[in-house]
Amino acid sequence: MSLNGFTADEMMAVAAARRLRDGTVCFVGIGLPSLAANLARRTHAPGCVLIYESGTIGAKPDELPLSIGDGELAETADAVVSVPEVFAYWLQGRRIDVSFLGAAQIDRYGNLNSTVIGSYEAPAVRLPGGGGAPEIALGVDEVFVMLRHTPRAFVERLDFETSLGDNVRTVITDLGVLEPRDGELTLVAHHPGVTVADAVAATGWDLKVADDVRETEAPTDAELTALRGLRTKGSD
Amino acid sequence: MARVLPLSEAVAELVHDGGVVALEGFTHLIPHAAGHELIRQQRRDLTLIRMTPDLVYDQLIGVGAARKLVFSWGGNPGVGSLHRLRDAVEHGWPVPLELEEHSHAGMAAAWAAGAANLPFGVLRGYRGGDLPARTRVAKIACPFTGEELAAVPALRPDVGIVHAQQADREGNVQLWGITGVQKEAVLASKRALVTVEEVVDRLEPRPGAVVLPSWVVDAVSVAPFGAHPSYAHGYYERDNDFYVAWDEISRDRDRFEDWIARHVRGTADVSEYRASLAAEAALA
Repeated sequence: MSLNGFTADEMMAVAAARRLRDGTVCFVGIGLPSLAANLARRTHAPGCVLIYESGTIGAKPDELPLSIGDGELAETADAVVSVPEVFAYWLQGRRIDVSFLGAAQIDRYGNLNSTVIGSYEAPAVRLPGGGGAPEIALGVDEVFVMLRHTPRAFVERLDFETSLGDNVRTVITDLGVLEPRDGELTLVAHHPGVTVADAVAATGWDLKVADDVRETEAPTDAELTALRGLRTKGSD
Repeated sequence: MARVLPLSEAVAELVHDGGVVALEGFTHLIPHAAGHELIRQQRRDLTLIRMTPDLVYDQLIGVGAARKLVFSWGGNPGVGSLHRLRDAVEHGWPVPLELEEHSHAGMAAAWAAGAANLPFGVLRGYRGGDLPARTRVAKIACPFTGEELAAVPALRPDVGIVHAQQADREGNVQLWGITGVQKEAVLASKRALVTVEEVVDRLEPRPGAVVLPSWVVDAVSVAPFGAHPSYAHGYYERDNDFYVAWDEISRDRDRFEDWIARHVRGTADVSEYRASLAAEAALA
C-alpha cells in the first residue's frame, strides 16, 4: 500500500519514533512499537533505553526481534533481569518514562481493550489478554498508543476495559495523531494523503478535531532509509 | 537430590491426572519436550499455570489435557492468536476450559510469593478496569501508610517444569540468558522437573545465570533440542518460522490433530520429534 512513496505503517512508525526523546527510558512491546523505538535509536535518539518485558534492559538489537524474548535482546542488553524483577523493581519502581501499548479497541478516554470481543463469559473473539498492559498503563508518566484507525477499533464503548487511559498522552494511528484535550482524545494531526474527514469517519465516536490540527510532516529520506534497514529476524 | 531419569519416567512419576502443573520459561527455554511427553502419556484434567501459554499450552489445550488455565498473556508472540486456546474458550473444543486471568505484574508477584512461602504477593496493580472482577485479587491496605494495594494468591503448583541449558552429574542445574520466572516456578512447586540440553562434568559460572542446587530439584532429564520451537541461549535460536507456521497448523482442528499424531504421539522422544520435523521439511 504505497502512499506517496511510503506505507501507512511506515508513517506510523516514523510519527511514533519522533516522539521519543534522546535518553528516554522506554518500555517496548513487539511489532510497530519495537519498530518505532529502534528507529528512534538509529536516528535522533541514540541514547534511548529500550526495556522489553522479558527482562532485557538497554537492548540494542541489530535485527528486529519477532518476540519480546528473542536471544538478540539478551545478547545486546546492558542487563538481563528476571520477569518478577522487571515488573517490581523497574516498572513499579518508576524507572521507566514512556511505554507503548497496542490494543484491539480504544475509547475516547484512552482506555484500552485487549481481552475479549463480546462478553467475557462467552466471547465472540478471545484476544490474548492484558499481559503487562494494566500496570504499564499506570506505571509510566507517558503512554503512547499505536493502533490502526477503524470504527471497529475506535469505539464508543469498550467490550472489556483491560487498561486505563489516565496516562495516555498520544495515540498514533495510520491516519493521524490524537492527544487528550479537555479529557477527551482529539485529532491533532492527519498524515499526508489523509483528510480530517477520513479520520473522523474511521472513528466510532464523534471525534473532536483540534482548532490547530495540522498535517504530519512526511517521513524524510533519512527516516525511511533507517526504517527500511531494520529487518525482522527470521524474515526474508 | 535430583535423580537423572529418562523424561518418560520422570513425567510418569511426577505428573498426575488432575494435578496443578506449571511449565515456565518466558519465551526462552520453554519446556516443549516435557509438554510433548504429557501429551504422549495422555494426562487429563490438568490445571495449567503459565504466564504466556505459548505454543506449548496451545498443544496441551488442543488435545484436551487441561480443564483450567492460569495465565497473563495468551497469544502467539509476534504472530497473533493461539487458535487452540481460542477454540477451547470460544467453543469448548475439545473440552471446556476455565480461565483464571492475571496481568504479568500480578502473576510475577504471585510466583515470587510462592517461592517465598508467603500466602500472597503484593503489588501496586489491578487498579480499575474490568479484570479485578474476573480474577482472584483482593484489595489490602498498607499497615504503615494505609495505601491501597493489590494482593494476589501465591502460586503453589504440584509440579513445576522448566528447561535449562545444563546440569552436572549430581543434578545441579544452570540456566542463563533470559531467565524469566523459572527460579520462582521451581521453588514455588511441591515437585520440580528440569529438562536440560546436556549433562556436563562441571558447571562453568555464567554471567546472570540462575543456579538451582540439586536438592531443590526432584528429577533432571536430558532432552537436547527440548525447547524447540523456543530456544536455548548458546545452543540454538528461536525457530521464528515455526511460530509463524503454527498459525496455519493450529487454525484447523483436523490439521492440528494430524500434526500432533505425526510429530508428538507418533514419536517416542525429542530426538524422534526432531527427526520427524526434519523429514517433513525435506518433503516440502
